[in-house]
Amino acid sequence: MKEKVLTEHFGLENLYKIDVYKKQGGYQATEKALKKMKPEEILEEVKKANLRGRGGAGFPAGVKWSFVPDTDKPKYLCVNADEGEPGTFKDRYIMSHNPHMLLEGIIITSFCVGIHAAFIYIRGEYEAIALRLEQAISEAYENGFLGKNILESGFDLDIFVHRGAGAYICGEETALLESLEGKRGVPRLKPPFPASVGLWQCPTVINNVETISNISHIILNGAEWFVKQGLPKDGGTRIFGVSGMVKNPGIYELPLGTSLKDIIFKHAGGMKEGKKLKAVIPGGMSAPILTADEINIKMDFDSLVEANSMLGSAAIIVIDEKTSILDVLKVVTKFYSHESCGQCTPCRIGNSWINKIVKRIAEGKGKKEDIDSILRLASNIEGNTLCPLGDAAAMPILSITKKFRKELESHV
Amino acid sequence: MSPEFSEKTKKKIEEIVARYPQKEAAILPVLHITQQEFGSISAEEEKLVARILGIKPISVREIVTFYTMLSRESLGKYHIQVCSNLSCSLLGAGNFVDYLVEKLGIEPGETTPDKKFTLSTVECLGACERAPCMLINFNYYGEMDPKKVDEILDGLK
Repeated sequence: MKEKVLTEHFGLENLYKIDVYKKQGGYQATEKALKKMKPEEILEEVKKANLRGRGGAGFPAGVKWSFVPDTDKPKYLCVNADEGEPGTFKDRYIMSHNPHMLLEGIIITSFCVGIHAAFIYIRGEYEAIALRLEQAISEAYENGFLGKNILESGFDLDIFVHRGAGAYICGEETALLESLEGKRGVPRLKPPFPASVGLWQCPTVINNVETISNISHIILNGAEWFVKQGLPKDGGTRIFGVSGMVKNPGIYELPLGTSLKDIIFKHAGGMKEGKKLKAVIPGGMSAPILTADEINIKMDFDSLVEANSMLGSAAIIVIDEKTSILDVLKVVTKFYSHESCGQCTPCRIGNSWINKIVKRIAEGKGKKEDIDSILRLASNIEGNTLCPLGDAAAMPILSITKKFRKELESHV
Repeated sequence: MSPEFSEKTKKKIEEIVARYPQKEAAILPVLHITQQEFGSISAEEEKLVARILGIKPISVREIVTFYTMLSRESLGKYHIQVCSNLSCSLLGAGNFVDYLVEKLGIEPGETTPDKKFTLSTVECLGACERAPCMLINFNYYGEMDPKKVDEILDGLK
């Protein structure tokens, strides 16, 4: 039987308060991990659970943790709560409804990896949620789940909330580190990877809010149970955020592998006001677009890669037949030209040129060769930048332009 | 007169700085406080922040100009930020911005002469299920339409 894992108690009033959370079995996983388990046992369990990163890249969390070297240097955990990928709003729900579930995950992860300071890097606009997290953190200190000698285990941990200030690029893990160190959010060259050289040149684990929020459930119920909630290679559920032209936009926690068609037409109530489906962006704006006849697809990492798209942040944006694809392309290209950090020339110049061309077409001044220019410029960004923002821009631009070429040509 | 933080704020800043192994890391939290206290981060405030964190004013400028939420110019009492990204656009954010432009008599990026409202269009605010959405200062408002926004803005003193 598949269950809701993360959102089960979201309907409860005041779940964000520690007393209510504890009544639902909250902090039992922390007690179990810190009192009865060794760090290496926790790592084994998380690896066996096949928990893949929920931020976008889908890298297995346990494997990531195992890359942290044994060293005398301090180690850090950064929780990525920047949530800037257009269409994505699931972490906002987790942090506002159930902040203690995230804190438990942070405590257990830190205990497992040997970390004594964790930072939650939250996007600046989520000010109210940052305050809620800070309240939850002080409750956790008062209850002995944070600070020195937690639950008399000898383990110490402090958690700090760090607010960003409006920059999509800071969701990229190395830009996040730069930003947290007090610099411009400009990505670093990898390798070295943050697990060995991260925050202040020290080993650093960076995981998304949803990823970390799964940890307490894995510890409490076991890896085997967790895998059963999803797919063998892709354990657990996923919080799908559905927005755009559907009747009931919102979050839907479902097993990995649920069909995209079912998510849109069963769970989200189908199209709004009898509108007809035109296209779907399945994993946040950076994911290549799917046409209406491509939605019979399982929503898991591998199935979407096979369909030349990606699960990304599992944010589903539904586009209706009446929406002009040129308008969609205008929004997409404006976004990436604005959010490029400017470090790599193909991304900085390419995205701004593409946006200028698209705007020109929208003004009715397009030329025949413009469509090929867009394709050429986007192909020159792809694979030629230091961080994934370049690809994240090229993928939707290329897929939209190729799949809807005829419609775009009708504008020039 | 050059700006100065109150004693209470100074204490708060000290507490924040202590969280990090390097002072410079506190720059974003300190700049958020600065903007809140002084309304903007002009050259004078840059110097103040630089002095507190032991860095050069130009390093503060680098940060202020990189992050869109930090402003060198003073904003209106209420900063209206309308999402112009995809989910909100699909549900009419464009018309909604046009309505606000007409109602307030200013273009995005401008402030009303009485300094009450600043209007901005911004990228995804992470509230796509409530499209079209906007922020007024740090309060979220969703499923916006002209009638709703009239009620909200008329209620702001």
